[in-house]
Amino acid sequence: MKVTLRLPELPAQAILDEQDQSLITLIQTGLPLSATPYADLGKQLGMDEYEVIERLKRLTSENIIKRFGVVVRHHELGYHANAMTVWNIPDEIVSELGSCMGQFEFVTLCYRRPRRLPEWPYNLFTMIHGQDRDDVLANIRLLIERCGLDAIEHDVLFSTRRFKQRGAIYHKTNTIHAAS
Amino acid sequence: MDEIDRKIINTLQTGFPLSEEPYAEVADQLGVSEKDLLNRLSGLLENKVLTRFGPMYDAQKLGGAFSLVAVRVPEGDFHRIAEIVNSYPEVAHNYQRDHDFNMWYVLATETPEKINEVNYDIEQRTGLKVFNMPKLDEYYIGLQLPV
Repeated sequence: MKVTLRLPELPAQAILDEQDQSLITLIQTGLPLSATPYADLGKQLGMDEYEVIERLKRLTSENIIKRFGVVVRHHELGYHANAMTVWNIPDEIVSELGSCMGQFEFVTLCYRRPRRLPEWPYNLFTMIHGQDRDDVLANIRLLIERCGLDAIEHDVLFSTRRFKQRGAIYHKTNTIHAAS
Repeated sequence: MDEIDRKIINTLQTGFPLSEEPYAEVADQLGVSEKDLLNRLSGLLENKVLTRFGPMYDAQKLGGAFSLVAVRVPEGDFHRIAEIVNSYPEVAHNYQRDHDFNMWYVLATETPEKINEVNYDIEQRTGLKVFNMPKLDEYYIGLQLPV
């Protein structure tokens, strides 16, 4: 099996002006719950509504904002179990299989990460949710069947405790929420 | 939480219009009034069903660096090691998992160099090897679960 080594690319840092920065900081805790949220943001930032919308469009098209949406607490919604499920997939088919797994609604993260041989052979990480552990395991079986993963070595890591959780640091004084 | 709340959550997980009256637009789509939508949304936030309603950023593009790090902690030593690891402000969260690799923490730092510094420091202080596994590719990030 031929394995190509790929070095991780350094993420391109976006070019943001001062107004972008203030807008990003202002909405990181949430959008205003008002009839005209963008006009209200504009008032706080000294911009008109049109400018706020245009800037948000640009931040979205440049993928600095991945999406707007609600962040749900899985536990409160009946998803009481989740497992980090890891897979050892040949490098040449990892993106194909990763994309297949990423389509399922119970898969909330699907990342390729480096193997750490010899101790850690797994290079694809998926977070799989379910109502309880059995439900999670059933979802994993479904994934194996639908994406043709029978021959792929995998392991399931249920979490037992969570110690701390906070947003990520952004500009020293602010926090942003992001996936690792 | 009733059927309408569920519909609101499912709809808002997929995006939000960038228009003058976005809530009115979404309310129309859901067949509720704008006032009802805003009330329900603030109720869901107050009851902690939702942690927030707003943007999901690509933190790396904002100049931050992230990594997932695993440690194999000997049985009985978990609490002591967790205290050391959790003392770093760069540790965003830390999970204990049912596995030989039983500690998994997420680092969020302002620069990529800082990831290695913190990991090196944790290795020195704990005497344990840390396995740094930064994200190389992302095939999906949606966090969209039907409710």
